[in-house]
Amino acid sequence: MTYTSDDAPIFVIDQSRCIGCEACVQACMECGTHRGRSLIHLERVDPASTTQTAPMVCMHCEDPTCAQVCPADAIKQTEGGIVQSALKPRCIGCSNCVIACPFGVPKYMAALDQMMKCDMCTDRTSEGLKPMCASVCPSQALWYGTIDEYNDTRRGSLLRDFFFGRQEVRTKVYTVVDDLSTGPLDVMGGRQRTWLDDPFGLEEAPP
Amino acid sequence: MTRSPVSEEELVARYGPHLNEAPPGGWDAGVGPDRVVNTHCCFCGQQCGIKLKVRDNAVIGFEPWYEFPFNEGKLCPKGVKRYLQGSHPDRLMRPLERDPSAPGGFRPVSWDRALDRVVGEVRRIQATHGNDAVAMLSGVSLTNEKSYLIGKFARLALQTANLDYNGRYCMVSAGTGNKKALGIDRASNPWSDIPLADVVWVAGSNVAETFPITTSYIWRARDRGAKLIVQDPRVVPLARTADLFLGVRPGTDSALFGAVLHQLIRHDWLDHAFIDAHTVDFDHAAAAVAEMTTGWASEITGVPAVRIEQAAEWWGTAPTGMLLHARGIEQQTKGVDNVLSAINLGLATGKFGKPGCGVTTITGQGNGQGGREHGHKCDQLPGNRDITNPEHRAYIASVWGCDEAEIPGKGIPAQEIIETIHSGEIKGLISICFNPAVSAPDANFTTEALDRLEFYAAIDFFLSESGHHADVVLPGSLHEEDEGTSTSGEGRIIKINAAVAPPGEARRDWEILLDLAKRLGRGQYFRYATTEEMFEELRIASAGGTADYSGATWERIEDEMGLFWPIPGEGHPGTPRLFEDGRFYHPDGKARFHGVAFRESAEVVDDEYPVWLTTGRVVSQYLSGTQTRRIAGLVDQYPEPLCEMHPRLAEQLGVAEGDRVTVTSRRGEMTLPAHVVTTIRPDTVFIPYHWPGARSANQLTNRAVDPASKMPEFKVAAVRIAPAGGRSHTTDARDLDLTEGRA
Repeated sequence: MTYTSDDAPIFVIDQSRCIGCEACVQACMECGTHRGRSLIHLERVDPASTTQTAPMVCMHCEDPTCAQVCPADAIKQTEGGIVQSALKPRCIGCSNCVIACPFGVPKYMAALDQMMKCDMCTDRTSEGLKPMCASVCPSQALWYGTIDEYNDTRRGSLLRDFFFGRQEVRTKVYTVVDDLSTGPLDVMGGRQRTWLDDPFGLEEAPP
Repeated sequence: MTRSPVSEEELVARYGPHLNEAPPGGWDAGVGPDRVVNTHCCFCGQQCGIKLKVRDNAVIGFEPWYEFPFNEGKLCPKGVKRYLQGSHPDRLMRPLERDPSAPGGFRPVSWDRALDRVVGEVRRIQATHGNDAVAMLSGVSLTNEKSYLIGKFARLALQTANLDYNGRYCMVSAGTGNKKALGIDRASNPWSDIPLADVVWVAGSNVAETFPITTSYIWRARDRGAKLIVQDPRVVPLARTADLFLGVRPGTDSALFGAVLHQLIRHDWLDHAFIDAHTVDFDHAAAAVAEMTTGWASEITGVPAVRIEQAAEWWGTAPTGMLLHARGIEQQTKGVDNVLSAINLGLATGKFGKPGCGVTTITGQGNGQGGREHGHKCDQLPGNRDITNPEHRAYIASVWGCDEAEIPGKGIPAQEIIETIHSGEIKGLISICFNPAVSAPDANFTTEALDRLEFYAAIDFFLSESGHHADVVLPGSLHEEDEGTSTSGEGRIIKINAAVAPPGEARRDWEILLDLAKRLGRGQYFRYATTEEMFEELRIASAGGTADYSGATWERIEDEMGLFWPIPGEGHPGTPRLFEDGRFYHPDGKARFHGVAFRESAEVVDDEYPVWLTTGRVVSQYLSGTQTRRIAGLVDQYPEPLCEMHPRLAEQLGVAEGDRVTVTSRRGEMTLPAHVVTTIRPDTVFIPYHWPGARSANQLTNRAVDPASKMPEFKVAAVRIAPAGGRSHTTDARDLDLTEGRA
């Protein structure tokens, strides 16, 4: 099962499906270009009150902030728009990119004195294979395939335009949100009450 | 006095667990594989397909097997890191004999000496105390071929009735319930039915951590608009996004199911045509739930009545639905009752034998399904035959070429074997692929029992904590060192392929058993040159039984990416979905409803022990941890047990996140850090059980068993909790060092 460039496969993150199992973290280490090092982030959002976890691969911005702020011009994009780890001979280990990335992706590896980051498994995707994390992800919170495959099988709207203050960022990787056809998302607005607010009925009136 | 030859520290220093961090040669070895072997994960009952990369008789990595239809390349972290159990510094490579004067407490001996010692001790004990004074405990991580062989080995070579398997601690309540109600012990559906369900109800199964790949099937159903109901004392990761959460108090599942049946009857959400044509005893079930109102059930279960009504409405009115259950409802002294009351819901609404319809267990262990079918259960012979049935015995005797009288009768189940070792009647034990020192309830009692054995031989690839008590340790084989078949949780027979040969002097498990049989003077029954010859015999032995494998060949299994049993006779296509013709496996073809009255667990909370304890697993560890506690990446993920508790309970106790607490039951106590979360019932604490000794949750659990399945009550015990002083930090150590591997 391989993809050609005509298939134009996309990478999709659906945080709501993440089960926090860390298969992606473990599998990332097995990737040929950064063996033994995991470059994916898996955040525990608020472990005291929820099992919600959030996997984060590089979003591969069209105009990457990390590259903009790099004083050594060490961060390059491939023709396909993949933002690479800092070039070893150029990287000065300043961590500007680590601080500037709006998604918190780059990792400064002190032992190497180099920034490394998710490169969408270049060794695999260049051969038409899925990246390691999206291959193994048991819940398919991390997903790789064509737009048609996505639309045929999955729920949720795809989003790749973000605003951070006045900065507008368009990414190659998509994230999944509720139905966008009903209008723009108000991420600061309230949400519907669900049983999650009171999973054990501690606040509900006795029957 | 303990039989462990030296201190635990000394045993651990010599035999581990040590951590394997990287593939052979290190991460930067820069060498590719010289071959890639299509096989399956060695862990849970899902048996995901995986490709192992091999070089120079070592597994050096993995590659997703996208073409295998069950998991299409998906793996959990255990599957990703499973290959690191190979080339491991703790690997046993020579036979060992207990010797307190030797470094580490064991001295290496020759195979001849080790095997002769085993045979000599077995003969000595049996001559003095009878054949049944030697027992065998086995496990269902073993292939069908080995399971079949062990069943035959215990009966014909050891000539003991007392063989049982570790499924007794896993899914045996489901098997017992399935047989009673449906006449067959197999998952009712292939997993491809899950996406076709309009309601998916997950009861007592932390799917995200214990069967991670199954979450993708559930999401496929939800992408079609299915409702998800999760029933669990904890808001487990899958529950976080469920449409309805039923936060049951441990040990009350049958009350909840009973109240749902009451609602189905009250609102006439019943499939009368199905009930009339395909079932009997509906009246018994109806009578048993006549008083089970949602108000009554709410009092018992702690689930708000309105949620029980909602669950009943969704289940009762949806055209299709799947109810998936696992250890949460099964590892109880009423595990069988829970399963039967769940099956009642499927039968009442006609949700069997159709696409997207079924009530099924999610089998826990790798070959939990196949391993329990072919004779290493104390009451069974191959093909799911009954060892007390004269016709079944005669048929198997004809296959084995023995006199029917040579096959011993029904033995005692695993927990009773341990009790009988403790009481001194069983004096000798051979174990394979079973680590009761960690996995059995009431660990202090289990340890005492192992210490009382006159002789204990363990077949192990790593020295397990049970092996610490052994007189002789025989180095057997890892999953990837032998070939054969397994049967996954969905009833799919799959092919396990050998990637490497056993290292050093270690041998394939079946070669060890054949050698022992020969030395016991019973070699005439065990003339196999290959594993495939055992499978060919298994096909014949299973023919005509419920679990009929006669049409399956190794070749077809590989070509067709697995075959679903029953598969009676050459050319049969297999049976992915059971009961499609409306026929169940009882002689009259009808399923049985069961009247299930509610009863409390063997132990209930009181003033002295006021908190419920439930135990279970975490995603990065597998069962007793013999393999997964030796893999660095998995240990990093969840290094030690934590006691999950609600902030309300923590406040009462005056403890905060990371504070150490002592948890005490009537059987033992342990001290561990508190993990304070709002995702657990305030009256319940949860502790995972993968660790030995002072870190073992089974020090606290109750060895009371279900009367029918003989399953101990791992899921319900009463405890008290007190602050122990001191703090442990529960931050993920990996977050503190992003630089380079391990600190």
